[in-house]
Amino acid sequence: MTSQLVDDTNGKTAVRIERLYKSFGSLKVLKEISADIGRGEVVAMIGPSGSGKSTFLRCINLLETPTSGRITIDGTDITDPKTDVMAIRQNVGMVFQHFNLFPHMTVLGNIMYAPVKVKGVSKPQAKAKAMDLLGKVGLLEKADVYPSKLSGGQKQRVAIARALSMEPNIMLFDEPTSALDPEMVKEVLAVMKDLAGTGMTMAIVTHEMGFAREVANRILFLDQGRLVEDASPDVFFSTPKSERACQFLEKVL
Amino acid sequence: MILSWVALLLPPQSVLAAFALDFARISESIPFILGGILITLKFTALSAIFGFIWGTVLSLFKISSFKPLYWFSMVYTSIFRGTPLLVTLSLIYFATPQLTGYDISGFQAGVITFALNSGAYISEVIRAGIQAIDKGQAEAAMSLGVRYQPMMLDIILPQAIKNILPALVNETIALLKDSALVSTIGAQDLLRRAQIVGAEKYVYFEPLLIVAVVYYAMVMALTVTASIMERRLQRSS
Repeated sequence: MTSQLVDDTNGKTAVRIERLYKSFGSLKVLKEISADIGRGEVVAMIGPSGSGKSTFLRCINLLETPTSGRITIDGTDITDPKTDVMAIRQNVGMVFQHFNLFPHMTVLGNIMYAPVKVKGVSKPQAKAKAMDLLGKVGLLEKADVYPSKLSGGQKQRVAIARALSMEPNIMLFDEPTSALDPEMVKEVLAVMKDLAGTGMTMAIVTHEMGFAREVANRILFLDQGRLVEDASPDVFFSTPKSERACQFLEKVL
Repeated sequence: MILSWVALLLPPQSVLAAFALDFARISESIPFILGGILITLKFTALSAIFGFIWGTVLSLFKISSFKPLYWFSMVYTSIFRGTPLLVTLSLIYFATPQLTGYDISGFQAGVITFALNSGAYISEVIRAGIQAIDKGQAEAAMSLGVRYQPMMLDIILPQAIKNILPALVNETIALLKDSALVSTIGAQDLLRRAQIVGAEKYVYFEPLLIVAVVYYAMVMALTVTASIMERRLQRSS
């Protein structure tokens, strides 16, 4: 693995995004976004739909290929074509809006698959780790159940455990509660809050303003593909600088 | 008046008598005919297995972003879908010795042709099956650092094949029935054996009827197995 150390990282920056552009054909989705995510930081990305926040998040593990710009994770330039993308992804967990659990595997199978297949962890070891994670998300009794038998909230908690099974340094959440019934949102947010408490670096695209305010250290507000505000939750929610953020907050709060 | 016209149209007594079935005349040949079941089944199974493997490879070519592979698979499929199976079968059986000097047996030529042909059809089925799987599955696998090959083998294909199982069984049934074509190039399958017995004893109806019933029974057995499999798989999802 080629690891180009960027001089100003000094271990405190987990992700550095520099002048990121992303277009789908002629549609410009992201325009010159630059931001750093510090180690252990919980960053909430908010903004109206179509603002590009999900695309932004998906660029961080290269599920979308940036059109131009540079993304550095733990000192490695992931936009360099020579970089082993798969090795990077092992280090960056992702949780999706629609869970994307593997339906033909049990809960345990879902969580054990990647450590065994990708990292070559032995099965007993992977199982012990998976049970530990299931305990943390409160679903020990569901280990041998297939995903179709779970509620939305349970599925998402399993998805979080699955992402954590690879022991990533960074976790990305793409609207993790948007597909859930209201009464299940809480259980998922509680798990995420626990995770934030462990010092995990997290980037969360969310519409849960209360959660963003309570758990995040920083808010990135995007509109029409631009990073409009980058502020602490207190500052952002009480005294937003931009007109657009004021309008947005008026509608959602 | 009308009655006498009808009488004229009816076949004479001797013809009707010949129509009566007499299995006793071929009773000693029945084991020989039924021995063809094994050949036909072996032939179908080999063709289905190789056809499935080849079809899977072709389907991956079809969804590949590498254009030469894509074009190869499209042209290949078009050729095999656009030519009669009997023509490709004869081509391979008669052209192989001429081109390579290798004296290919009817059975070998048959398996090769059927696998190549069935691969073309199956590749379309599998491609559709793969494309019907939610993109989120591949994204979830990729986000975990799973590479292309294990992702396809462990995550995508098992789900795709489960969905297309009925179509795959239909393809196998078609293979089983089309396998009768190898009788034309001398492989001793069910149909060929019936023809041999017919030629020996000058009775065709009985042996052919026997193989028709045997084919039908085998197809039904496949159909029933498929529906049982499908029900089991459905339960796990």
